[in-house]
Amino acid sequence: MNQPTPHIGLFIPCYVDQFYPRVGISTLELLEKFGCRVSYPLGQTCCGQPMANAGYERDTEGTARHFIELFKDFDYIVAPSGSCVLHVKEHFPKLPDLEKEHQDIHDKIFELTEFLTDILKVDNLKGKFPHKVGYHASCHGQRGLRLASSSEMNSTPFNKAKSLLENLEGLEWMTLSRTDECCGFGGTFSVTEEALSLRMGRDRLDDHENHEVEILTGGDMSCIMHLQGIASREGRKVKFMHLAEILNQAIQ
Amino acid sequence: MSSRESILNAIRGIEKEEKPLPELPLFGISEDVETGFRKSIEGNKGYIVSEQEFLNWLSEASFPKVYSASSSYASISTLSLPEDPHDLEDLNLAILEGQFGVAENGAIWLDDQQLPHRAIPFITEHLVIILKKENLIPTLHQAYDRIGLDYSGFGLFVAGPSKTADIEQSLVIGAHGAKSLRVVLC
Amino acid sequence: MSHPQAATEFLKDQAKAKWHDETLWFVRDKRDRISKTIPEWEELRNLASQIKENVLSKLDVYLEEFERNAQKNGIQVHWAKDAEEHNQIVFSILQKQKCTAIVKSKSILTEECHLNPYLEKNGIEVVDTDLGERIVQFLNQPPSHIVLPAIHLKKGEIAELFHEKLHTEKGNEDPTYLTHAARLHLREKFLKAKVAITGVNFAVVETGEFVVCTNEGNADMGVHLADVHIACMGIEKIIPRRKDLGVFLRLLARSATGQPVTNYNSHFRSPSPGKEIHLILVDNGRTAQLAREKFRNSLKCIRCGACMNTCPIYRRSGGYSYGSTVPGPIGSILSPGLDMKKHSTLPFASTLCGSCSDVCPVKINIHEQLYEWRQEITKTHGELGKGLSMKLANGIFKSPLAYKISGNLMRTALKTLPKSLIYHPINSWGKGRNLPETPKESFKDWYLKNRK
Repeated sequence: MNQPTPHIGLFIPCYVDQFYPRVGISTLELLEKFGCRVSYPLGQTCCGQPMANAGYERDTEGTARHFIELFKDFDYIVAPSGSCVLHVKEHFPKLPDLEKEHQDIHDKIFELTEFLTDILKVDNLKGKFPHKVGYHASCHGQRGLRLASSSEMNSTPFNKAKSLLENLEGLEWMTLSRTDECCGFGGTFSVTEEALSLRMGRDRLDDHENHEVEILTGGDMSCIMHLQGIASREGRKVKFMHLAEILNQAIQ
Repeated sequence: MSSRESILNAIRGIEKEEKPLPELPLFGISEDVETGFRKSIEGNKGYIVSEQEFLNWLSEASFPKVYSASSSYASISTLSLPEDPHDLEDLNLAILEGQFGVAENGAIWLDDQQLPHRAIPFITEHLVIILKKENLIPTLHQAYDRIGLDYSGFGLFVAGPSKTADIEQSLVIGAHGAKSLRVVLC
Repeated sequence: MSHPQAATEFLKDQAKAKWHDETLWFVRDKRDRISKTIPEWEELRNLASQIKENVLSKLDVYLEEFERNAQKNGIQVHWAKDAEEHNQIVFSILQKQKCTAIVKSKSILTEECHLNPYLEKNGIEVVDTDLGERIVQFLNQPPSHIVLPAIHLKKGEIAELFHEKLHTEKGNEDPTYLTHAARLHLREKFLKAKVAITGVNFAVVETGEFVVCTNEGNADMGVHLADVHIACMGIEKIIPRRKDLGVFLRLLARSATGQPVTNYNSHFRSPSPGKEIHLILVDNGRTAQLAREKFRNSLKCIRCGACMNTCPIYRRSGGYSYGSTVPGPIGSILSPGLDMKKHSTLPFASTLCGSCSDVCPVKINIHEQLYEWRQEITKTHGELGKGLSMKLANGIFKSPLAYKISGNLMRTALKTLPKSLIYHPINSWGKGRNLPETPKESFKDWYLKNRK
């Protein structure tokens, strides 16, 4: 009995499309390596998060409507960004005529690592990545989507990204002093509270450097763009890769 | 309209659905109550002492002003209870009986029956509380279960000597109240 | 001063800012460790949250019943609709007692009502007796943290202050020495005061009693020596049953400072013979907040301060950067309800990281309310420019063609514009950060070439 292979709609956040095409390519190739049928709907734009977080959720009806129309017929929607996925799930404005469609999307949209661990049930990955890796937990993935247990809570520790990475041959998972503190990006926060944003970013980078991290990875390029921006300005040695890039490279 | 009425009316005017009040389970602790209590008091910078250790300390310290509200140690008192608690200003040591102690945090319950003046455990320089081992209980849930709705004008959970960390988070014992707490566990 | 300006100022002293961050992180870390020794921690948080939700859903009924029971106990109950009425009630009690000097233990409510300046204007000497509060009072400052009022000061600064005010040895910075100097100074005040003021942590409906928690014992030193005890509480401090205290006292100190319980937890039910207890129930904007459905459950707050200790913004900008009585994340959802214009930048002083919500012992969804306040504030106080640019952005993102053009333009622009322009000082991003290198093609371009 042949079940048709589920059809995945690939959601590539706007800034990834523009600045980090390699992350999009890695995500697509990785999903294909796992035998997924993936399409990238060409009409996609931004999910509306920057506007909504700045206090203009009400102005994002158009983007939300467009997103729902574009993605509603897929079996799953997968994106290499916890932040954008959280926005689609929680912060779309109310659209009375598309309530059911939004609920469906809420239930079938996944951030890449949770799609791999929870839907594809990937465990014990075979691959090689001989590097000291530091993980930056994006807050929206961490506490919004619960991709890992948060350090504040008394719950059984888990980390979906770690469960994927830790089996790679040669990979050393470097434990930080503050495992899930915010990097200070925060969308418009990064420019409206510039001084704080920089301070927070530097503190995160120091934590990774103090733990001899070679490659800083994470599930959200927005955090990484901010951290990399500081590191490159300050001539720091640490390198940056999205999780999708590491996984795709490791399991060639 | 009085402020009372205007506040109450403002609340009544808000449309809201009544939410249920949860039943509270009686949680416990994993270790035995005496071990737990000992750790808690020590963590709070108090001391657990035997009766003998207490008496040795007492004779060494030879405090001029001692008041015992515990009948077992009445003979140690050097003064009778003054009418005005201000007169206890230079009290060196107060000995009180605790009703029960809570293992999870070291809190000891006293109420008006144990406190001839409510100020005593605070104004005294050193505090000793006599507590029976059989009166140790696991958590605050059992504590309130035990207190029930009993009436006392004042009730106190005291868990250690007075302390503060308001200067650079450095712990200092003896802020305003007692500079030391000894619990005689018998 | 707006939050960003104040934060920028705070961060100029880099060493002190780092110390502030690390000191508060240390408190949060203690809280993390002790909370993990309680297997039922998350269940306690759920229970506390449910109890408070029950309270807020029938607050009128509870307040009346509480008043009846308190009166039966001999407590005199007063109601104040706002700060001014609260202050007047306190003053009238003092006048009746012919009292001109009072001692006061920590009460964020009296800070909120600006009681001290009001009483001082009326010739009353007010002595804050919590050590941290006394320190900031000497400096004419408000507390910078609701649990750790002087957390922004180094011991050297306190030593200097005490040398001036209490004649301690010059240069002696030893916290034990300084604390004992304050002990002697304040003991004198305790012995003289006829009236003592305290806050209230919890007020129990079924018994008509209220509970005050301190570590220093200063609240009790004051009230048990005075003839009259005035307790000031916000109307949201109500809890239904005495046994609910078990839940809240287990959570409060562990969340606040990482200790298993506060040192003194005093249950006031009736005055000592010949003495008086007055209790003032204060609204001051609480019923208005209760009416705002999205923000209602901010009133569950038990003032533990854990959200301040965990907040990466608070730790790096200090309490004063918020310009509100209650700083930090919880303050940023309470304060706009009191004065939206004045506090309009506070809900934006956050990355919405959500740590505050995960640490909150009564499970207030603080970061979600920050998001909701942003939606409210931009309706009435949105800067035109920001609004316009967002509308523009939405216009672009709505239309794929416009998006594509703008995306290409952006990448081209970044490639061709001189660095001096991109990193112009008015461009906040570029001040301390480089922009990403611009790839030669977008993902979409790649996809069209390779998969279509």
